[in-house]
Amino acid sequence: MEPVAIVGVGMTEMRRERKADGYADLVYEATRKALDDAGMEIGEVDNVVTVSNDFFDGRTISSMAVQDACGSYDKNVSTVEGDGTFGAAYGLMRILSGSFGTTLVCVHHKGSESRMPLITNAMFDPIYERFLGIEAITSSALQARAYMDKYGITEEQCALVSVKNHRNAFKNPFAQLPLELTVEEVMASPYIADPIKLLDCCPISDGASAVILASEERARKLDVKPVWVKGVAYCSDAYHLGDRDLSDVRALEEAARKAYAMAGIGDPARKVDLVELYDAFTYMELMWLEGLGFCARGEGGKLAASGDTAADGRLPVNASGGCLSGNPVLVAGLNRIIECALQVRGDAGERQVDGVKTAVAHGINGPCGQSHCVWVLGGEK
Amino acid sequence: MAMAEEKKLLITLESGEAEQPFRWSAGIYGSRFLTELRDNKRFVGIRCPKCGKVYVPPRRVCGPCFVELSELVPVSDEGEIVTYTVVSFGFVDPATGKQKPVPYGYAVIKLDGADTYLLHYVDETDPAKIRVGARVKAVFEEERTGSMLDIKHFELLER
Amino acid sequence: MTKQRSSRPDVNGKELINEAVRMALDDAGMTRKDIDAVVIGNMDHFEGINYVDTWSVDGSGALMKPIMKLTTGGTTGSTIAMAAYYHVASGLFDRVLAIGWEKNSESDTTGAIITAFDPFWDRPIFAGAVAGLALEATQYMHLTGATEEDAAYVAVRERKHALNNPYAHLHMNLTIEDVMKSPYLSWPVKMGDMCPRTDGACALVFASEDVAEDFPQKPAWFLGVANRHLWAYTSDPYVNQAIENGWWFPAMEWSAKELYDKVGITDPLEQIDVAELYLPYSFAGLRYMESLGFCGRGEGPALVRSGAFDMGGKCPVNPSGGVMSSNAIGATGLIRVAECVWQIQGRAGDRQVPEVKVALATGFGGCFWSDIMLLGADKPEKVRG
Ligand SMILES: [Zn+2]
Repeated sequence: MEPVAIVGVGMTEMRRERKADGYADLVYEATRKALDDAGMEIGEVDNVVTVSNDFFDGRTISSMAVQDACGSYDKNVSTVEGDGTFGAAYGLMRILSGSFGTTLVCVHHKGSESRMPLITNAMFDPIYERFLGIEAITSSALQARAYMDKYGITEEQCALVSVKNHRNAFKNPFAQLPLELTVEEVMASPYIADPIKLLDCCPISDGASAVILASEERARKLDVKPVWVKGVAYCSDAYHLGDRDLSDVRALEEAARKAYAMAGIGDPARKVDLVELYDAFTYMELMWLEGLGFCARGEGGKLAASGDTAADGRLPVNASGGCLSGNPVLVAGLNRIIECALQVRGDAGERQVDGVKTAVAHGINGPCGQSHCVWVLGGEK
Repeated sequence: MAMAEEKKLLITLESGEAEQPFRWSAGIYGSRFLTELRDNKRFVGIRCPKCGKVYVPPRRVCGPCFVELSELVPVSDEGEIVTYTVVSFGFVDPATGKQKPVPYGYAVIKLDGADTYLLHYVDETDPAKIRVGARVKAVFEEERTGSMLDIKHFELLER
Repeated sequence: MTKQRSSRPDVNGKELINEAVRMALDDAGMTRKDIDAVVIGNMDHFEGINYVDTWSVDGSGALMKPIMKLTTGGTTGSTIAMAAYYHVASGLFDRVLAIGWEKNSESDTTGAIITAFDPFWDRPIFAGAVAGLALEATQYMHLTGATEEDAAYVAVRERKHALNNPYAHLHMNLTIEDVMKSPYLSWPVKMGDMCPRTDGACALVFASEDVAEDFPQKPAWFLGVANRHLWAYTSDPYVNQAIENGWWFPAMEWSAKELYDKVGITDPLEQIDVAELYLPYSFAGLRYMESLGFCGRGEGPALVRSGAFDMGGKCPVNPSGGVMSSNAIGATGLIRVAECVWQIQGRAGDRQVPEVKVALATGFGGCFWSDIMLLGADKPEKVRG
């Protein structure tokens, strides 16, 4: 893969409701910040990829609302419907094709405007599953139970993730939900869908973010510290929950295997300095750490309990506070990439981790992490 | 199995009356526009500091200039027709779930003082009586709620 | 490509997708194993399925493979084609499956299209695609003096072409009189001027230069792509560009100019052998010929009526019968590309145009958005993406 760099990033603050801002307002804010971060003018953006979801926006062709605000006027532009990590992957391909020197990728989401369970219920098959009322939380509860039973993972181990990530969020001004919690408090929070409790869940959020990718030639012309894309891969498992072993993370393993191979990483546990992954629920952090190869299958609980994943641990995971501390869907994936880029640059402010040379960002699409996207970023080309 | 027999066996599933309710934000300037309509029966636009274009309804960003807008300016409740049609096919209005009554006149309208256009009804259902360039004036509802439907329609000033 | 039909209650969406996928794989002499990545698109609210990428894997064959969903409204099919092109051109994948599909029979098409527009400014008033296009037709007639009969000529031509295409949804032998007598849907647009709503799917295999010649069929090469998705509100596109700054239809004119400049097209009528265009209604067949550079402003009707775009004409337009004969929206733009491929390969059956070297495919939708692609029989030195 030819070298491509992240040269600019922009995030809005994630909040429960940003009532004053429509989609276009949020996207403009994030795009402006990314341009300023890169020291670029909109005219230096060669093409644009917007990311949105028609269901979440209650709008067919949800990208239409942001065409003014993302600066796509008189540019080639396209729209990915899915997590921001996937949209950014397409933005990367458009540079690798040789057609464009720079791509702006922007993504927006307003969870405050709809009723989330009705939207995520629509992920499920209309004929065989939807009538059950199954949606993101209840399906994830099935996965959590399958995973915990198979490997003897405890609810306390999951609760540790909630305590850690909400605490990390205090250092992140963009986060929505910094909380000082104890394991007991998480354990005492009410069950939403056994074994998932209220404090195991991400919040509903509004927000937008943007990233500017550039070819090596274009990146060198900018006065920025480029963050190089070392590897990117994505992979989907089966759809019907009954067709999957829900405790299995094979699609993530496959995506991670390819991404690491591109990055020349043989042993991720040694080579990776920081991870930002899609922790929509606490158990997911444990499972995804296994799928990403940071511990053996079934060892995620022990890894969480070891303290290694703390912000000052051996392998900081979600030092930003993760999705548990702010989850504008779709945006949340791109925010994982942005957090990794900031860490690699040394620009993560109070949440900066020392000596981050290589970072892994991760996003998901579909029910129970059916489809995974893995990014490896580094400071060296 | 014969084709006709097989067809009889095919099942479709009706989604029923279920719908997904939304609560969209109009944004700061959109809210000002709708408030002016509701409270004062007046139109406001927003001027681009770079190209000078007046957007109605107001939006936050001028796409071509990619700059933020903030200068609200009054625009007239009168204007002219840019293009028009008369809708005569029946369809279900997704906002109400009911059949929209047809026919109705419908036009893209340039208000005096604006550079972009509004889509709205005109009080005429005979296309031969409407023309591009015809002058129109907004007619407001008595009861107004802060929506585009606070404008009942645009009245043709010449027939 | 599945046969395009008004309704396919015999298959669910995934099975419809799978029909097209299996046809494409068989045609390419491939199995599911050989696919490196999948791109898929449709318009969510036509079937009411969220996350179609993950929902569809049984049909698309993307199990344990990379799959990405793109959606841009009417341009979805052409967006998919471009995405598959960029996937391959990136060097990350050698064989990419592109899928566009729609089961328009599963919902109220006009209702779903209305929800494409801004909930505050547009939606309370907007009456869907037919009325939006009628506004364009009125403006075009006002600016050029084109007539409803001129448009009817296009409607008749497209339906006549469809008689040669077993995949087409509508097979109608119409006269200009028939179209003129059909009821108004939204003046000046009549029933006979509009596309149908269709169930259908289309799948294509895109291959990198390294492997393109390993397939049983000779490849059709991408020469270049371009697009513009201008505007955010329904009434934005009606800005009178002729008066304003010399452009009539900037999205289409700018994307066409960019593509022609990149590929070296100076005289489209002479240099392009066949065109499969997203013409959703008859008036588009007049105005868009101007915007695509086949003639000057207002000259569309005369050139169309000269027969230049009929079968046997200088540059036959929509030998397949086009969108006015079949419109499974998410598949439609991709079908334009598929038809160009068949024309270049000489496999278009009764609708074959002789000796096709260069073919033009377009997508249209959203807020008068435009996607445009050129394909060729000869491998280009460099693709202009
Ligand atoms: Zn401006």
